Amino acid sequence: MDMEMKMEISESVYKPIVEGDGQAKVDVKNLAVYYSKFRALADINLSVHEQKITAIIGPSGCGKSTLLRSFNRMNDLTPGCRVQGAISLDGEDIYAPGVDVVDIRRRVGMVFQRPNPFPKSIYGNVAYGPRLYGIRRKSDLDEIVEKSIRQAALWDEVKDKLHQSGLSLSGGQQQRLCIARALAVEPEVVLMDEPASALDPISTLRIEELMQDLKKEYTIIIVTHNMQQAARVSDYTAMMMIDDQRAGRMIEYDRTNTIFTRPKDKRTEDYVTGRFG
Amino acid sequence: MSHFAELMDRNRVSRGRQRKVANATMLSLTGLVTALALIPLFWIIGYVLIRGGKNINLDFFIHLPRPLGMTGGGVLSAIEGTLVVTFLAALFAIPPGVLAAFYAARYPNTPLGVVLRFSTDVLSGVPSIVVGLFAYSAIVVPMGHYSGLAGGAALAVIMLPTIIRTTEEMLKLVPATLREASLGLGAPEWKTSLSVLFPAASSGIVTGFLLALARAAGETAPLLMTTLGNERFDIGQIFRAGVQGHKSVFTILWSIVNQPVDSLPLALWKYAQQPYPERVQQAWAVALVLMLFVLIVNISARVWIQNRSRRMKG
Amino acid sequence: MRKTFEIEIQQLKDELLLMGSMVEQQIMDSVEALRKRDIEASHRIFNEDAKINSKRFGIEEQVMILIATQQPMAHDLRLLASILEVSAELERMGDYAKGIATINIRMGGEPPIKPLIDIPRMAEKASGMLHRALTAFINEDVESAKAIPNEDDEVDALYTQVYRELMTFVVADPKNIDRANFLLWTAHNLERFADRVTNICERTVFIATGEHKEIGTSGDGSM
Repeated sequence: MDMEMKMEISESVYKPIVEGDGQAKVDVKNLAVYYSKFRALADINLSVHEQKITAIIGPSGCGKSTLLRSFNRMNDLTPGCRVQGAISLDGEDIYAPGVDVVDIRRRVGMVFQRPNPFPKSIYGNVAYGPRLYGIRRKSDLDEIVEKSIRQAALWDEVKDKLHQSGLSLSGGQQQRLCIARALAVEPEVVLMDEPASALDPISTLRIEELMQDLKKEYTIIIVTHNMQQAARVSDYTAMMMIDDQRAGRMIEYDRTNTIFTRPKDKRTEDYVTGRFG
Repeated sequence: MSHFAELMDRNRVSRGRQRKVANATMLSLTGLVTALALIPLFWIIGYVLIRGGKNINLDFFIHLPRPLGMTGGGVLSAIEGTLVVTFLAALFAIPPGVLAAFYAARYPNTPLGVVLRFSTDVLSGVPSIVVGLFAYSAIVVPMGHYSGLAGGAALAVIMLPTIIRTTEEMLKLVPATLREASLGLGAPEWKTSLSVLFPAASSGIVTGFLLALARAAGETAPLLMTTLGNERFDIGQIFRAGVQGHKSVFTILWSIVNQPVDSLPLALWKYAQQPYPERVQQAWAVALVLMLFVLIVNISARVWIQNRSRRMKG
Repeated sequence: MRKTFEIEIQQLKDELLLMGSMVEQQIMDSVEALRKRDIEASHRIFNEDAKINSKRFGIEEQVMILIATQQPMAHDLRLLASILEVSAELERMGDYAKGIATINIRMGGEPPIKPLIDIPRMAEKASGMLHRALTAFINEDVESAKAIPNEDDEVDALYTQVYRELMTFVVADPKNIDRANFLLWTAHNLERFADRVTNICERTVFIATGEHKEIGTSGDGSM
């Protein structure tokens, strides 16, 4: 089956916001992302609800990660990357001229696919962020480190060995350490790029449980190619696909329960039932 | 069994035997060749050990050379000289080398980055005597005298390409996500390089430095033209004299580097040419010391890395 | 893609059709046995019901296995949930046939209070409705599914007729109550049988559209 499906007029079915649940924390308006001449994302409109988990799903290469990395301007690091349109965090466009990128990155944290702790101690890993922002007193750092590690459901396992290297932990523990590290700077939004794909099933389930706790305080956006995970974990799901010009587009966005029991777009239906790519 | 399975199953036993023979042959062949390749190393070590071992005693290490014709004496001046010169070389070479490598790794495609990498390759091919000549005309002549400083500078130039290249390679090995994680937390580039990339690549960087050091310590040609040689070189004495004369630490240090110094390769070269058998004997001893020095540096490098990675793995 | 899954779903559908035709046969046979006062046949029909029950459990088992192993979503999920529902409906419909067979056995030697004319007509109608409803279910034919429940009106009308007739007998002679009841219960079973067919039709609509809609019998069914 062809991975590039024709863009039909069913674009009119798409709604960028799901009525009912709370504020939009992150608002994407007419976003397009270019790598030099190539348009990787086109016409992206999306309102991410506050303190909910929003999953972005779609076949490989449809631009999910590109979209995710736009939320904290990590795309700036790729040479030749241009962004059109706007992404608003609490109403303010993060791509406006003069915006402090460092501040954005503090408010919008990121957890990556493979656990990537720094070659420092466990304490050093988690304290790295707060230190960047001027927190120097040992008592303050101790408090932040403990709070973040507790939030990442890792405290009991590492409280007696905070000085040991972060790399001495198991894969699942390392990923939770990375989550603690991201939480230490008190972000508002946490981006997760396939956070459990490199982990075993038990660690994966722990991370999923953790997300349910975290969403009480943070807005979480997760990219995943594992549909069952998206179904288990998220409140809202956004479905993406690439068009004939290889640009990623939003196909459908709705409550997760709806997407997986009665999606409105046939392409979404084909994807979630596995009849497609 | 399918048709093909039958075909492949035929001659099972004889092919098995053939395989065993082939394995054994290859093993012996490669083993033999390896042994062959190791022969020069062990021959040299053995030869130097035997010829040089005769003269090694404590005196050798703690005494200055005696005037010609007299027996005894040591190569303290050469040892101290080598230490001074290599220390200076490291001091001059590491900061620019490491920083240049950071730049090249981060911005490989800018004009400066391209030029840097190209120049490094070219520099590593420049003969060491040419480097010595360069240091002579650039430092010795303006200063008016030979010095350890000039020797250190010359060796630094020789060490530079190795340091840059190894550091750059090590930095490239650091996973990109580590950098992204740091930037994602809001760290600026320089902090990321300093606090994350550098520690991550550090064991490789140290290896590169030690390898460069081991090479530089054995270079004779550049030292010929920059340090001259100085059988009276004795740091302890300089220190004592300076303290007695109430000189500042800086002045003392300056006087250490600002005079001709001896060094092991230089001493070897000189002694080996002299007609006195004791001197020739001493040359062999120097060779042994030099070799030991290089061996120790290499081995400690490896041990250090082992420890480091064991500690990292927790 | 998902050839294995598709094949398993097809097999499930086949099983459901098979179960359906067993039920159709049972209901026709039970009424025929009653008409002919064939007690032997009624005993056979009674025992046959066990096979229908085990079919239902087999289908349920298979649906659970598919849900656990294939993670069905959207349409597939609605289909499997509906197959579960429909197999339960069919099982109860089979029980109606068993009930009619029991009535026949209970009647024993007594002659029926009146010759059976409307009751067999009800059976034929209901059985036909079931057959068409199941076909619509398997083919996800929403149009047919929406139309079939209208036919329930006929069955209801026949039921009312039977009821009225039987009441006249009872009023005429209260001792007729028992014999009238036998037939009343039979007609009642058939009327309930037809009602359940409507449920199956609603399930068909659900699979296709994802909406739970009642298909009313008072003209609501069409569009």
